[in-house]
Amino acid sequence: MADDDINLSELSDDELVLQMHDDLYDGLKEEIEEGVNILISRGWTPYDTLTKALVAGMTIVGADFRDGILFVPEVLLAANAMKAGMFILKPLLIETGAPRMGKMVIGTVKGDIHDIGKNLVGMMMEGAGFEVKDLGINNSVEKYLAALEEEQPDILGMSALLTTTMPYMKVVIDTLKEKGMRQDYIVLVGGAPLNEEFSKAIGADAYCRDAAVAVETAKAYIARKHNQLAG
Amino acid sequence: MIDALSRLLASRDWLMADGATGTNLFNMGLESGEPPEFWNTDKPDNIRKLYGSAVAAGSDIFLTNTFGGNAARLKLHAAQGRVRELNRVGAELGREIADKAGRSVVVAGSVGPTGEIFEPMGTMTHAVAVEIFQEQAEALKEGGADVLWVETMSAPEEYRAAAEAALRAGMPWCGTMSFDTAGRTMMGVTSAAMAEMVEKLPNPPIAFGANCGVGASDLMRTVLGFAATGTERPLIAKGNAGIPKYHDGHIHYDGTPELMAEYAVLARDAGIRIIGGCCGTMPDHLRAMRDALETRPKGDRPTLEAINAALGGFSSASDGTGDTSGDPKRERRGRRG
Repeated sequence: MADDDINLSELSDDELVLQMHDDLYDGLKEEIEEGVNILISRGWTPYDTLTKALVAGMTIVGADFRDGILFVPEVLLAANAMKAGMFILKPLLIETGAPRMGKMVIGTVKGDIHDIGKNLVGMMMEGAGFEVKDLGINNSVEKYLAALEEEQPDILGMSALLTTTMPYMKVVIDTLKEKGMRQDYIVLVGGAPLNEEFSKAIGADAYCRDAAVAVETAKAYIARKHNQLAG
Repeated sequence: MIDALSRLLASRDWLMADGATGTNLFNMGLESGEPPEFWNTDKPDNIRKLYGSAVAAGSDIFLTNTFGGNAARLKLHAAQGRVRELNRVGAELGREIADKAGRSVVVAGSVGPTGEIFEPMGTMTHAVAVEIFQEQAEALKEGGADVLWVETMSAPEEYRAAAEAALRAGMPWCGTMSFDTAGRTMMGVTSAAMAEMVEKLPNPPIAFGANCGVGASDLMRTVLGFAATGTERPLIAKGNAGIPKYHDGHIHYDGTPELMAEYAVLARDAGIRIIGGCCGTMPDHLRAMRDALETRPKGDRPTLEAINAALGGFSSASDGTGDTSGDPKRERRGRRG
């Protein structure tokens, strides 16, 4: 079809951004790299390029994943394309002192050896522009604390797939409370056997049903945090 | 020579498989974090007890304690060098229990996913996955497993790799996937797509089906989806005993033995040949299932409405099969590339 002949550099800014949303949706990595380079060459700030072209595009992908229109393979391809764009933008963002999306430390809790769900959340968070430090599986409270100290993240993500290990999330949160550190982090929890009720009961900020919800929730909490700092 | 599972299938209308492995082992004191497969060598009596309780409750088939016994999973415990030992012993213990059961009982060598994501999204390749599964398959064969039992798969690439490993190891096999995301697997596979994929394999399984996922209702919808494709191949249903619920600080699966008995009868009436449980399914559930399968008269193939009425609602409106014209869609500018 004639769409194959689209020349990105001939599109207006608005058209190009919409085309990039579609190209992200289709997981077209090289097209995204080209689109990012064009916007930057037209004088767009790295931050606008990130938020209006890439993050906005991934938001559509996330919504369709949530609604059962897209599934994990498509979403991961989109996240890969997003990461390629991010790779170009990252040094420019640092140079221009643009606000960061945020940083997350994530890991499966002690006793739990499952990780595919956690890996998906990590990949999609990176795809949404977050920095992610993955602690792997079977993390003790000491390991979480050491990582929080070293990485200074905005978000702590904990995952559990077993009904026997999910209570360990409470151990971690209680330790943060004891040390007076609980308010320093947004605590998100997820995993197949969890639910909203459990997340409230253990004192997490939110339960994330899937990786798309995790990204949306992270963005919402980060925005709230920025508003509080500004206010 | 015909394998033990095919022989049993030829002589009976339905076979009962086993229930939960993890839930039972945790009840015996498995420390969370410890790979269950270590107990094959560290606490063999507990594994004998696990297998023996399924046989005593009426299972015709039980799965070995080797679900996470592939090199990719064991590597997370720095035990990738123990694949052969842990799988061989897991199967040997099974052989021992099955051979003294006094009736034909099939030892099914459990093969779970690697936990890795396949290329191009992830890093796992077909060749590496085949190698990983083949190592496990050969060890299960060496230990005396009758069939390989590939389970809880979500990616078609991984299912195909396990099939190839079974072929290379010269093992008959069965394979189920887990349909936990709006009626599809995590990777988006529908029941109809799985049925189609299975028939295209150079060495199709003896039986295929669904395990785990989201409760008994969803699982029944999935197996009806297999049946609707008109497949002649025996089907497997291994559903969870309900959904885990959090009550006053502890968690339990909400499916009662009575509910699982209903589920077993519905599965049989749907034409499913191998019926068992998954997470949360304990010996009490299995006994109720066996009793119902033996005593309740065979009925017509259940409708979705009948399943909903007997087992509860579904987790999503559609499972991606049949008429999908009412499903949500996104207006797009057009696809390129």
